[in-house]
Amino acid sequence: MSVLIYAENTGGKFKKSVFEAVSYARAIADQNNTSLTAVSIGNVDAAELASLGKYGANKVLNVSGDKLKDFVNQAYASVIAEAAKKEGSAVVVLSNTFSGRGLAPRVGVKLDAGVADGAVALPVQDGGSFKIKKTAFSGKAFAIVDLTSAIKVIALVPNSYKVVETGGTAQVEDFSVETKASDFKAMIKEIVRSTDKVSLPDAEIVVSGGRGLKGPENWGMIEELAELLGAATACSKPVSDAGWRPHSEHVGQTGIAVSPNLYIAVGISGAIQHLAGVSSSKVIVVINKDPEAPFFKVADYGIVGDAFEVLPKLIAAVKEYKASA
Amino acid sequence: MKILVCVSNVPDTTTKITFTDNNTQFNTNGVQFILNPYDEIALARAIELTDGGKGTVTVINVGEANTEATIRKALAIGATDAVRINAKPHDAWYVAYQIAQYVKSNPFDLILTGRESIDYNGSKVAGMLGELLDLPSVSIIKKLDAADTEATVEREIEGGKEVLTIPYPFVAGTAEGVAEPKIPNMRGIMSARTKPLTVVEPVEVKTFSEIISYETPAPRGQVKLIPADDTAKLVELLHTEARVI
Ligand SMILES: Cc1cc2nc3c(=O)[nH]c(=O)nc-3n(C[C@H](O)[C@H](O)[C@H](O)COP(=O)(O)OP(=O)(O)OC[C@H]3O[C@@H](n4cnc5c(N)ncnc54)[C@H](O)[C@@H]3O)c2cc1C
Repeated sequence: MSVLIYAENTGGKFKKSVFEAVSYARAIADQNNTSLTAVSIGNVDAAELASLGKYGANKVLNVSGDKLKDFVNQAYASVIAEAAKKEGSAVVVLSNTFSGRGLAPRVGVKLDAGVADGAVALPVQDGGSFKIKKTAFSGKAFAIVDLTSAIKVIALVPNSYKVVETGGTAQVEDFSVETKASDFKAMIKEIVRSTDKVSLPDAEIVVSGGRGLKGPENWGMIEELAELLGAATACSKPVSDAGWRPHSEHVGQTGIAVSPNLYIAVGISGAIQHLAGVSSSKVIVVINKDPEAPFFKVADYGIVGDAFEVLPKLIAAVKEYKASA
Repeated sequence: MKILVCVSNVPDTTTKITFTDNNTQFNTNGVQFILNPYDEIALARAIELTDGGKGTVTVINVGEANTEATIRKALAIGATDAVRINAKPHDAWYVAYQIAQYVKSNPFDLILTGRESIDYNGSKVAGMLGELLDLPSVSIIKKLDAADTEATVEREIEGGKEVLTIPYPFVAGTAEGVAEPKIPNMRGIMSARTKPLTVVEPVEVKTFSEIISYETPAPRGQVKLIPADDTAKLVELLHTEARVI
């Protein structure tokens, strides 16, 4: 057997979530005394591909060419499944990203494999069982799932496993797969990337605003703080419902679940549905003028105060800290 | 257009999650079950797309008889008819397999699911259905516009979005933005009682996963309050104590 990790690229580059997934897959390979192969699809240059060796990949299968330049769910799933077959992989690791969530179930069906999505820890293997801790009830709990199939597919939540440098090197090999026309029925018309913004699902710091900010015209403060911290911006559901911010920023039970190192919530009450998607953040800072706001019960640090007074001061304090650092 | 909307029956969003039998069973005691919020979005869009006699909306649920209140709610919101596959939904694979089996003999132009169910958050059913039926699938869409032979969908990608065209039939998982959930009106509630609900027996299927136990997140410590005029203190603590900046 071997372990396979799908290394998803964004515009030809690997992000931190990929290095986390490679490190995680390396640890599974070590548990089983086996090798780790990465598969990359799309046009990624040789140096970038080889960099996966630093995190423990022994080999990188490179699938390139114009047809597979951009993410096509069906075709990419076929390639990953073929790579797993070629390598005799018993475990396939992906990132639990937007693309990963489309791929994992398709790869699982192709390989007759059980799929553990939302994985947050290494599998515990003993006496043939393969137990994975995954998020459940939108972050209100975890479920321990035993994958009983011969092949296992795991989708790892970004920010839930640390990057480990092994300092190894990887052999890069070209790999090609016969693609079926039916894999390309869905056609990409347009890709719009807001390159200047940190992407929310894998952000390490998130600055989030709620209805307490009163209106979209006040988001400048949130954006300024986020930019200073290299953070992504987010919001509560009523904020996106009101159209103050796009739906893609809405976090919580019915929005995006995030697990950054730092979550700063400004003018958000901390309703159970909001907490459901943010409570696995490592450190939570809450700014709210109501000392009884439920969010203070789960916060690590809190400031009871008016956002319109506190935020400008906090921005100034961060600027000062950065100037002195 | 014939649309199938896959719906699941999930604990209400305000439910406090607890477990019994040494953390091996989800405690359903006192828990109210609802139509999965993302499925409500799928259903709302399906109803909009078929409005004015332009098609039918069938809802399908894999569940035991106790999910019928949720199915009737979907009918009250405006679905044309419903199918219940009479089985306990073991996992996503089990659910997708049962639905795929049904679709093989009852084809649809468009199959919608919610992006995920709020209990196990898998977002797997759409992709698995796509693979089992050899159809394109998009797991999380933010927008769905339907033309005669193909639809245009928007999906979210890390740090942006992607616009795709897909010929029917295909499978898509809907997220916020696709439609506003609809609230059933009196007429809907009355007619839901008489709309057809077919019960189908499940087929045999192997299982690939087993939930062994549950854990609840470690409780957080007490919040450290910082005076509103001492933001510098907060920044310092985030740097030296929490080590996150
Ligand atoms: C099915 C369902 C799903 C849901 N899913 C989600 C979800 O995914 N995500 C989500 O966020 N919500 C969700 N909700 C909504 C949730 O229940 C709450 O309504 C929502 O989180 C409240 O948002 P808020 O805290 O921004 O607004 P509010 O409840 O209006 O709270 C605003 C807060 O701002 C404070 N405030 C006001 N002015 C100031 C000021 N000047 N300075 C500082 N603080 C101030 C107030 O004290 C208050 O605590 C869901 C609800 C349902 C029914």
